[in-house]
Amino acid sequence: MENLEVLQVILFFAFLIGLTPLLGNYMSKVFSGEKHLLLPVFGWSEKLIYKVASVNPDEETNWKTYTFSLLIFNALGLVMVFSLQLIQSVLPLNPAQLSNVSWHSALNTAISFMTNTNWQGYSGETTLSYFVQMIGLTVQNFVSAATGIAVLLVLIKGISRRSSATLGNFWVDLTRSTLYVLLPLSIVFSIVLVGQGVVQNLNIYETAQTLQGAEQVIPMGPAASQIAIKQLGTNGGGFFNANSAHPFENPTPFSNFLEMLAILLVPAALTYTYGKMVGSVRQGWTIFSVMLILLLVGLGISLYAEYATNPVFGQLSSMEGKETRFGITNSVLWSTSTTAASNGSVNAMHDSLSPLSGMVAMINIVLGEVIFGGVGAGLYGMIIFVILTVFIAGLMVGRSPEYLGKRVEAFEVQMAILAVLAPSMVILLFTALASVTNAGVSSLNNAGPHGFSEIFYAYSSAAGNNGSAFAGLNANTTFYNLTLGLGMLIGRFGVIIPVLAIAGNMAGKKITPASAGTFHTDNWLFAGLLIATILIVGGLTFFPALSFGPIIEHLLMNKGITF
Amino acid sequence: MKTQIRIAIKMFVLFTLLLGLAYPLLITGIAQIAFPKKANGSLIIQGNKVIGSELIGQKFDSIIYFSSRPSAPDYGALPSGGSNLGPTSQKLKQLVDERAAQFAEFNQLHASETIPSEMVFASASGLDPHISPRAAMVQVERISKFRNLNEIQKVQLTELVNTMSESPQFGLFGKERVNVLLLNLKLDRIY
Repeated sequence: MENLEVLQVILFFAFLIGLTPLLGNYMSKVFSGEKHLLLPVFGWSEKLIYKVASVNPDEETNWKTYTFSLLIFNALGLVMVFSLQLIQSVLPLNPAQLSNVSWHSALNTAISFMTNTNWQGYSGETTLSYFVQMIGLTVQNFVSAATGIAVLLVLIKGISRRSSATLGNFWVDLTRSTLYVLLPLSIVFSIVLVGQGVVQNLNIYETAQTLQGAEQVIPMGPAASQIAIKQLGTNGGGFFNANSAHPFENPTPFSNFLEMLAILLVPAALTYTYGKMVGSVRQGWTIFSVMLILLLVGLGISLYAEYATNPVFGQLSSMEGKETRFGITNSVLWSTSTTAASNGSVNAMHDSLSPLSGMVAMINIVLGEVIFGGVGAGLYGMIIFVILTVFIAGLMVGRSPEYLGKRVEAFEVQMAILAVLAPSMVILLFTALASVTNAGVSSLNNAGPHGFSEIFYAYSSAAGNNGSAFAGLNANTTFYNLTLGLGMLIGRFGVIIPVLAIAGNMAGKKITPASAGTFHTDNWLFAGLLIATILIVGGLTFFPALSFGPIIEHLLMNKGITF
Repeated sequence: MKTQIRIAIKMFVLFTLLLGLAYPLLITGIAQIAFPKKANGSLIIQGNKVIGSELIGQKFDSIIYFSSRPSAPDYGALPSGGSNLGPTSQKLKQLVDERAAQFAEFNQLHASETIPSEMVFASASGLDPHISPRAAMVQVERISKFRNLNEIQKVQLTELVNTMSESPQFGLFGKERVNVLLLNLKLDRIY
């Protein structure tokens, strides 16, 4: 690593830490309905939306109605994205005259964008029209992120409210997070991106006559507006197949820096928002620190592995699947960030990373996407681990466990375990299934342990709602489209519903005032326990699978063995 | 429940119009006014022909041009992508060995000279427009020879590579690099 690259990494984290309280504080004002910066600018449109949709913003619902509204709204998105793809050839804004998408690919993509996964079995520039990208995908990029925030807000209310039956209004949470947070950030960001060279037009694809006399078709499209929210909303679905490695999606090192920052920005800031809203900023910073420590450890291992020599190729540092303008450091910083946050966009091909870098990416995902994680989703996933930690710590000292004055009882722990187990089951069972069936193995691009890694990564990515891939795997088959689609659904709603149930149950409880015997959850001791719980509960589940894939590949690679 | 369904449908329509139509069109409008060239793909136009985009790499394997990086889709932009070959791939090992031998022979490199790694490994997008300045420098000798340049012109060509090398952006971000297409365009214009 050169000095300048070390400086870039430091600068990246300095910005992340610096922006967290700024944006976090702003969001806490937005979500608590206080006066804030953008209220005079967009306040009228919020009121207009409520009026047209006949929403009474002061009316609060219980957790069941809230869940129902959330599911219905998400289901509409699924149906919309699915149907648009089936009839795109007769829809407008299709200058490349792309044909209708197969039903299983359309279904996979619809689930993928609704669940904030943004796994892509298709190639954007050769599969989807501008119309589908805008009306279908861009909308889901926003609302899937807003859904994540909404679930987090319910959990916050469940924790902080005293003996309450209601938990807010889904439509209000959805509208506010979109209108005051995601949309303004995306507008500013997409314009900056165009300034760096990201395309934003509705033109037909350009055919160039290259210097050597060949023809090169250059794809176009309204990319910047989608890329901005793709990064900010931890979506990660590229406008083009190569995602943020494509020069039209990520043209310069500066656009790269901003896009990387955008991956972690909102999830990081939400920890501060959380602290503010549960009445203790220290709680927020404790969680932030745990996330940051896990991220930095992964980054360190990944950088070390990627700069180490691969004996197979001798002295050459591997630039396979990497872009010259980014180099190794920025590729690894991205791969670590995008898997920690369940973003899943890539600026380098993860399939070509060294075994241990690839493993760090996998671990980031299978830990449950709680290292910053998805917008909203990362933090509510982390609170699940907090509840488990409080419970385990309570068992160890023989006290009845409490979190922020609320007693943690059997129901909460059952739901928390369910939320941890649901995605884990998907990953392990589907990986096993695909590894022993022809339908699964015939899609591989690499042989040996790396082939197993391709399968394991795919189901981890689906269940963790990440969306990045060891992209050599040909996942656009009926088998993969359907199993991965199911995996994404379970990974999303198998966590959301238990979380909402926990929130509903906790809201009704009394708050016990802190006493001398209270177990504190805002200090380094707790941070250490939390990290241990995440690694033991989240990590050990997957150790056998990781040994079959990246670990054994690393050992064989060091002996110069190829497949 | 029925009320919630009715609200859901209305909200969905509203959000689709706002986020799927108004927002991208607003950005398109602003982009077309503020950055028309960039918003339309940073195209390079000579006469009335489009010869490429500043941002999209092209295939260069001719003996009189600076070579570009290996590319999985061979610089066909539809679709973009990498090889996705892993670190223990036999196929990748073969490809890299072949490319290394070919690059060394093509540019008459001494056995002791290491080959810049981006010249034997394929990029992520398959459209990487850049190579490192060193990778351009080791090609100067060959290009001078096949374009029949004299010693003075050869020194000028070396300087051209230097001036065409982009430093890290704002002196800070990313790697030093040369845009191969722009370099070859300059090369055609001068020699």
